[in-house]
Formats: sequence, C-alpha cells, structure tokens
Amino acid sequence: MLGGCSRELPPEAEGRVVIDYWEKWTGFEAEAMQAVVDDFNASQDRIYVRYLPVSQIDRKLLLAIAGGNPPDVAGMWSYAVAAYSENNALTPLDTYVAEAGIVEEDYYPIFWELGLHRGHLWALPSTPATNALHWNKKLFRDAGLDPDKPPRSLAELEAMNEKLLLRDANGRIIRLGHNPQEPGWWNASWVAWFGGEPWTPEDGMLADSPQMREAFAWFESYPERFGGHDLQQLRNSFGNFASPQNPFFTGRVAMTLQGPWLYNFIKDYAPEDFEWGVAPFPSLDPERWPGVTIAESDQLVIPAGAKHPEEAFEFIRYVQQQGPMEKLCLGQKKFSPLVEVSDAFYAEHPNPYIKVFADLAASPNAARTSPITIWNEYRNEMTNAVDTVFLGDATAEDLLPPLQKNMVEAYDRAQERWERVAEQREEEWRQDVEE
Amino acid sequence: MSRSDWIRLRNGLLFISPWILGFVVLNLYPLLSSFAYSFTDYSVLSDPVYVGTDNYERLLKDGLFWQSLYNTFFFAAFSIPASLAVSLIFAVLLNFELPGRSIFRTIYFLPSLLPLVCLGVLWQWLLNGDIGLINAALDPFFDTFNRIFGTSVRPPNWLADPAFTKPALILTTVWTAGNAVVIFLAGLQDVPRSLYEAAEIDGANFFQKLLHVTLPMISPVIYFNGIMALIGSFQVFALPFIITGGSDGPGRSLMFTATYIYRRAFEYWDMGYACAIGLVLFLFVLVLTLLAHFISQRYTYYQGE
Repeated sequence: MLGGCSRELPPEAEGRVVIDYWEKWTGFEAEAMQAVVDDFNASQDRIYVRYLPVSQIDRKLLLAIAGGNPPDVAGMWSYAVAAYSENNALTPLDTYVAEAGIVEEDYYPIFWELGLHRGHLWALPSTPATNALHWNKKLFRDAGLDPDKPPRSLAELEAMNEKLLLRDANGRIIRLGHNPQEPGWWNASWVAWFGGEPWTPEDGMLADSPQMREAFAWFESYPERFGGHDLQQLRNSFGNFASPQNPFFTGRVAMTLQGPWLYNFIKDYAPEDFEWGVAPFPSLDPERWPGVTIAESDQLVIPAGAKHPEEAFEFIRYVQQQGPMEKLCLGQKKFSPLVEVSDAFYAEHPNPYIKVFADLAASPNAARTSPITIWNEYRNEMTNAVDTVFLGDATAEDLLPPLQKNMVEAYDRAQERWERVAEQREEEWRQDVEE
Repeated sequence: MSRSDWIRLRNGLLFISPWILGFVVLNLYPLLSSFAYSFTDYSVLSDPVYVGTDNYERLLKDGLFWQSLYNTFFFAAFSIPASLAVSLIFAVLLNFELPGRSIFRTIYFLPSLLPLVCLGVLWQWLLNGDIGLINAALDPFFDTFNRIFGTSVRPPNWLADPAFTKPALILTTVWTAGNAVVIFLAGLQDVPRSLYEAAEIDGANFFQKLLHVTLPMISPVIYFNGIMALIGSFQVFALPFIITGGSDGPGRSLMFTATYIYRRAFEYWDMGYACAIGLVLFLFVLVLTLLAHFISQRYTYYQGE
C-alpha cells in the first residue's frame, strides 16, 4: 500500500485483518470519526480499521481505483455516487445490507435515496446535511426588523433585503440583507426554491426550464437593484469562509443559506455577541413549496477492487447503528440520518437549531443533487452563468439556451457511454450481489 | 565509423542513458499514449473505447476550448514580451558595479523561490479590489485625477472584472521573472570586456553599447529565455488556479487551455477528450517554437561560430 506499508501498526492490530479507511475530514471532524473507529477496533478482535485523512479524496480515489490499489472503505460525497458507480468504481452493497438487516425504513428517505443509482445501493450515510437560512438577529434589530421573525417567503426576504441594505457616504454597499452568491455553493440547485429541478429522469437536463428562468429572474434582479459593480465590490470585501472575515460574521450580509456545519464556524470565528437563528430558506411560493432544502450526505463506500470488502462492510455496518452514529454526528455537530434518535442526542447537541435541519430532511420538498455523471460539469456551467448574470453582463435569455444545448449534448454523450457498457455492468453487479 | 568513433558514441550514450530512460518513460510514453487515448472515449476507470476522430470534431465546435485558447494566446502575447523586457532591464541594472549589488540580486530573485501556491494567495490579497494594497497605493493618484478633471474614476477591481483579470495575472507573472534575471546576468557576464572598451574608444554611450554590444552578444540567452517563457505561458495553470480559488475567474476570463484540460480529465472524467485538447495545445507550442527558432536564427549570434 502506498504510504500504508510505511505506517507502523499498533500492537493491538496484530493478527487482525487491517482495513484502510480514507476519509476527507481533518480537525475535529476527523477526531469524531476516529473516536468511532477506536470504539469499533475495541469492540472486536478480528478487524482493525486504520483511518487515513486524505485531501482531494474524489480525485485520489479515482486514481487509486484505476491503479488497482484502493482503500477498503472511503468517505465520499453523495453527489459523486452516480459518476463513481456508473464507472464501475464501487462495490454494490445490496447483499451486505440485506444480510445485515439494514433497511430503508431506518433512514430519512432522502439519505437512503442518495446511495442508490441504477437500481443498486452503493453507499450508506455517515454524516448528513441539509441547508437552511441563517440570519443575524442583531442586524435585524438594527434595521428595525423583528429579530425573531425570519422571512417566510422569497418576497418577504427581498423586502427585508432592502431594509437591511446599508451604503456608506461614497455609495458603496457595506451591508446587504442577502446575496445568493454568498456562499454560492448551490447555484445549480436554487431552482428547487422555485418548484423546479435541475434534471429529471423523464425530461433529462432542465437548464432552461420555466422554473430555472424564474430563478434567474431573481438573480437578474440583484444587479438591477443594487448595481453589478457595487455587488462586485461588496463581494470582494468578503474574506475566506473559515475565517473571522466571513461576511456573515462581519455583518456584511445578514442572511445566508448554510448547512449545520456553520455552527462550528460561528463558534470559532464569529464575534462573542453574535446572535443568530435558523429557519427553512423561504421558497417563491411557501404555500405550495414549504420546507425546501438541498439534502446531501457524507457517505461510506467500498471501492471496487477493495481487498477486504466483507470486513469493510462490517465496519460500515457498525457505524450505521444508532449508538455509534449518534456519537459521530454529535462529534461533528450534525444530525443523525437515522429516523430513530435518542432524546439524549438532542439534549446534548450544542447547536440549538439542529432540529430545524433534521426536520428539513424529512420535508417532502427536500431536494437532492441530480444523480447524473455530468453533475460536476453542470454545476460549473451553472455557477459560471450565475456569476455572469451578477456582473450584469448577460441575461438568462442569452445564457440559458446555449447552456441547455451544451448540457443536453454532454448528457447524451454520458448516456451513450453508459449504454455501451450497461449490459456488461449490470451482469457484473448482479453477480456481485448474488455472491 | 571508425572504432574510436564507435567507442565514443557508446560512452556518450551510456552517460546520457539515465536521461534517455527518463525521457522515454516519463515523456515519450505519456506523449504517445495520450495520442492514442485522444481517439478514444476514456473515463480512466472504464476501458477506453475507440471513437475515431470524434474528440477532434467535438473540439472544433467547443466554444469553451476556443475561449481557453484565446485566453492562453492573449496571456502569452503580453506576458512573454513583458517578462522578457522586465527581466532584461533588471539584469542590466543588477549588472552595474555597485555596492550591495548581491543583496539586490537576492531580493529580486526571492519571489522565484516562493512556491506558486503562496504566491497565488499573496496576490489574491494584493489585488483585492476592495481592501487590496495595490489599489490602496493607486487610490491617491485616482483621487488627484478625479479632483482635477471632476471625474469619478476608481482603480480597477482586478480579480472580479473580466477586463482586468488577465492584466493582473500578467503583472503577477512578471513579478516572478527572477529565474530569467539570473540567466540574463550569467549571459551579461560573458560579454567580453574588450568589446565594451573598443566601443568606448569609439565614443559609444551607455545605450549605444547596450544596443550594439550587449544585446547581440547575449542574443542566444534572449532566445533561450524567450522559448522558456513561450512554453511556460502556454502551460500556465497553477497561478490562475490558485488566484481564482479553483474557478475559471469572472466570465471565464482566466480559463486557460491547461485549466480546461485538467477539468475535462479529472473533474469530468473525459480523459480521451482532454488528451485531444492536450495534443492540439502541444502542436501549437511546437509550431510556435519552430517559428521562433527559424526567425531567431537570423538574429542570434553564437560566439563559438
């Protein structure tokens, strides 16, 4: 094993099957998982899990699998499952899961669904996330708004946005209520708040749907209302996300769409007297689409060609139990993907709003990133289109039709690629499952 | 071939064999295999499938590829002359016999020692349109200008305005010209003093000496630095990638061909197509280098000849 051989094994690993576990986390998130790994290693004497933090894990995993020397377990992002599984990079978990008695009903439906692709299960969740509106109560109070009343519709949010807007003597924006570009991580998914989807199995790519146009009309209103140049300048003053210069912490923006992880950053980087709240991010029509969120998950997978898949699953199975799962999610300050949650979990949880995120996961309007192999490309294209609109350089009318055309071509190519190997893959997977 | 020629050839080959081996394994093999892969659909994890010239046909219609090529040519067209001129000027200045000369030489070389990532992060902050030091330095000039002419011009928002991202990157690249300065300095010290003395006797001033003695004598060094800058600027990747935080910059103004290859290969798993783009880029660099070679033959002077 590259880098593996050189690492000395502790004496308790003697005589055990050693499985390598690659994970993207560092810092306290890694510590939380390490604690669960230690528990697992202590709970039995047949398997020893070795936790290895790996940066840029999606790329390194790709090369390790292509090189025929992957780890036994890997931590991945849910949006990568489609691309990895279609390219034969993962081991189907169907049989393992059935034998272990793990069933869909144990989980919030969305987190189970995130592991499915092409009729097989490829991944089980480790720590899940949904995103929600975070707002700065102090700024609400300063602007004469009720600090305990978050916006309930997009129109309300925009009305507050105007009230929270603050310019200095030179006309430069020094505070904005909300800016969809901060942090701008879900550019291809905003359409969910307008009742649409970026992709559906029936219609394929939907980069230029009426709902997408509505979302873009919302983006277009920003340079119109606040000035493209002024927004640019404001955005330039934003420091790094993980720093005290995070614009939400410095009061440059009063509302932001974020996941449960933000709690950790507030604790580390926000001022002492920072007052904040969490609520579902309001949709265009809250009557029709309440509780919209993007659900994602960190997931555990067994790469194709792993040397000890049985033992690897043994570990994954351990993590899926209520006790270890709660320990992990509490350690990382997230919520549990399991439906069954102990009272102690919420009682001990330091994030006072953790329940908001968990409730959003159960919402019928919890959306997911599209399970398509060209997701990375789609997301980049969308981000580029949104940025261009914010510069005021072009409109949806100019951008979306060619974008849709390109994406349809890319999607068709990906479909073709799949159809070439589909029969062979499905046969292999069936055998894998039957074994 | 006589026996002694044969032995010399053998010994010569033996001496450069480590390089030959390295070249074949690390350069020639990847080059040839990327040529082969450019005719396939290859996702790295699945077996490549032959698709004929599909990738090249796609490339002709791919707006992003052409945009990346335009960005690359634009960057090369300005950064090569700029960094050559600046490094040559600094080399000439640092060649003056002045006290503390070696200290200055060290200072101007220091930026080249910085890892590109640190450099990228550093310039990200220097070029920040709101709180960057560069604009803080420019502000007084703009203020004076505005007061005199009654305008309200502001310094550019370097990294957020598509019109200014490439100039900003060129500025950053020029700053790292330390390597070229060192090579120029070595060239300058090779110019025979007797030529300067002869020129001085003929009454030549500093600029005449520079134009008629120094430049012709170091022309091979200029040529070498020029070719290196050419190849380097067509492969530009790390600096814009860091400065934009891994994106393509506003309006894709910092998406270079190398960046696009990386995205296609490792983010979109489109290795066959990425190989085709790489090969086209290689052809461009090859043609330009050959062009530079033939043009420069008229203007370079080798002392040994």
